[in-house]
Amino acid sequence: MRILVVEDDPMLLDGLSAGLGLAGFTVDAVATCEDAFAALQAHSYGTVVLDLMLPDGSGLEVLAFLRKRKDATPVVLLTARDQVGDRIAGLDAGADDYVGKPFDLDELAARVRAAARRGAGQASAVLDWHGVVLDPARQTVSVKGKPVPLTRREFGVLRALMERPGATVSKASLEETLYGWQEEVESNAVEVHIHNLRTKLGTGLIKTVRGLGYRLAEESA
Amino acid sequence: MSSIRSRLLTILIVSTGLVWLLAVAWIYVSTQAEVERVLDARLTEAARMVNSLLAERRIELALADDDFPATEFQIEDPSYERQLSCQIWSLDGRLVGRSEHAPDSRLTEAGSGFSESVIEGETWRVYAIDNPALGVRVMVGDSMAVRDRLVGDVVKGLAIPAALILPFLAAVIWVSVRRGMSPLNHMAESLSSRAATDLRPLPDENLPEEIAPAVHALNGLFRRVEDVREREKSFTAVAAHELKTPLAGLKTQAQVALASKDGEVQENALRQIAAGVDRTSRLVRQLLDLAAIEASDRTPEILDARPLEIIRRVAADMPSAEQRINIEGDDDGTARFDPVLLTLAVRNLLENALCHSQGPVLVGTREAIGGIEITVEDEGPGIPSDELPRATDRFFRGRAKSPSGSGLGLAIAKEAAARMGGTLALKNLKPHGLAATLSIPAAG
Repeated sequence: MRILVVEDDPMLLDGLSAGLGLAGFTVDAVATCEDAFAALQAHSYGTVVLDLMLPDGSGLEVLAFLRKRKDATPVVLLTARDQVGDRIAGLDAGADDYVGKPFDLDELAARVRAAARRGAGQASAVLDWHGVVLDPARQTVSVKGKPVPLTRREFGVLRALMERPGATVSKASLEETLYGWQEEVESNAVEVHIHNLRTKLGTGLIKTVRGLGYRLAEESA
Repeated sequence: MSSIRSRLLTILIVSTGLVWLLAVAWIYVSTQAEVERVLDARLTEAARMVNSLLAERRIELALADDDFPATEFQIEDPSYERQLSCQIWSLDGRLVGRSEHAPDSRLTEAGSGFSESVIEGETWRVYAIDNPALGVRVMVGDSMAVRDRLVGDVVKGLAIPAALILPFLAAVIWVSVRRGMSPLNHMAESLSSRAATDLRPLPDENLPEEIAPAVHALNGLFRRVEDVREREKSFTAVAAHELKTPLAGLKTQAQVALASKDGEVQENALRQIAAGVDRTSRLVRQLLDLAAIEASDRTPEILDARPLEIIRRVAADMPSAEQRINIEGDDDGTARFDPVLLTLAVRNLLENALCHSQGPVLVGTREAIGGIEITVEDEGPGIPSDELPRATDRFFRGRAKSPSGSGLGLAIAKEAAARMGGTLALKNLKPHGLAATLSIPAAG
């Protein structure tokens, strides 16, 4: 899942990029409101992790920008101003969660996952499709109880498909989910991941919708 | 404890009493004069009347016979009866007539006109009139005791009600003073029932004009205390924020280093942690510097010292940047100032210049009128002119902030300068760069 992290402290921003990347997210990192606006206009994100005190304004402005254009992207606020009043103001402004600094990286990752899950309307923390079970927190996949090792990218593709079961997900959308700004995307990367997934999980799981993209098959083969 | 109320009460009651006493004394004196005048006029009138009665022979006198007892007559007017005594003496010294209650001895030895004499222990006021035609002298007198009683009665008639009224008056004064002081009591009550944190202004509508200045002064004090407290509160909040962010960064990087199996990622995280610890410890040091400058119990310790020596020592503490620092000035120049505060100011200006520029940093001292000037010049981007006024605010970092800055350096330099009675001036240089000038007056 691709997420946007807005934080002006370079050390923390670097740590969040690395840490949330390890947790399975594709992280776009920006340090100012202005860059955040630009990123939000260019891409859609599974979740936005937003610091409140930014050099060119408040994170609440970014939040207001999102909500004003009826964008329901989950937002996790990240700030040192964690008085009750600040939390209430942040949540009432449309944030989905609030994490006070300093925080635990694993907890933040869990909260981002939870926010994304709620944003996608899922009740369960694990995704299940006809015996294929994907656990975003542990980054594990099992088929009929047997664990199947996947690479980070393969996991990302499967997750994107399982988050919208039955829906067709375009190749471009998958690329965007998998790769951050700085990453080069090879033209056939998604096809390669899909091929590998079919090899590991069974050829019938993922269907190609010609000209549109991919979707999960109704029945797992 | 001195109480305005009891003082007011004492003053009012004593002065009212004194005014009463004065009034009584005045009435006594004027009544006495008036009574004297009226009764003297009556004496004169009575003497003339007796004289005219004698002339009309309506009083027969035993003038011829020495042995004939003196005629006793009555003065017709009964009101004169008890108070007035009349004697008629022949010019050769015989009592030829007297009124009923008149004493036997001669009323006065003085001649015609008014006189006072003591007869049988009693003082008499006497008016005598000569009648040469009959060869007699008419003397009319009244007892002074009667007059004194009369005056005394008048004064008593005034003083007794006054004395009775006085306690009542005191009660009225007491109640009035109490009522008059009630706004003060009200204010004291509303102040004493307050919690220590309640700094709301006292209501200042419909205040008596005597209390209004005190209430306004108090409200002004409340405002200032509130301002200071707000500043401290926001400082603490911002300081907490500024400390929590690098802590969050440190923790995140540490967790990344622990979780990652990639050697490169681990190394990067550890490098970030090392740099972050440096930055955080500088922030902590700067917060302590601010606390040291603010500490009101520390009196500035003024010494004769060489400013250049202090600058050199500060520069020597920054080994990684020493090559970039150029120091200019008179090595032997001395001035009187607080070396601790000057060190703080210079160190923070130097750090600021080094942190915001890559090139050389020039530090110069020179003597100025009434003090010294220390200028730190860098070749960095300077400060946008709209941010200059706020550049010395605590934690203000501006748009083009450097990753290692804390927003405290210039604030510390300015506050240290202010503690020394000096100023910090910031000026952008052409084509680029910033000149920060500390002006420190020579300490006495």
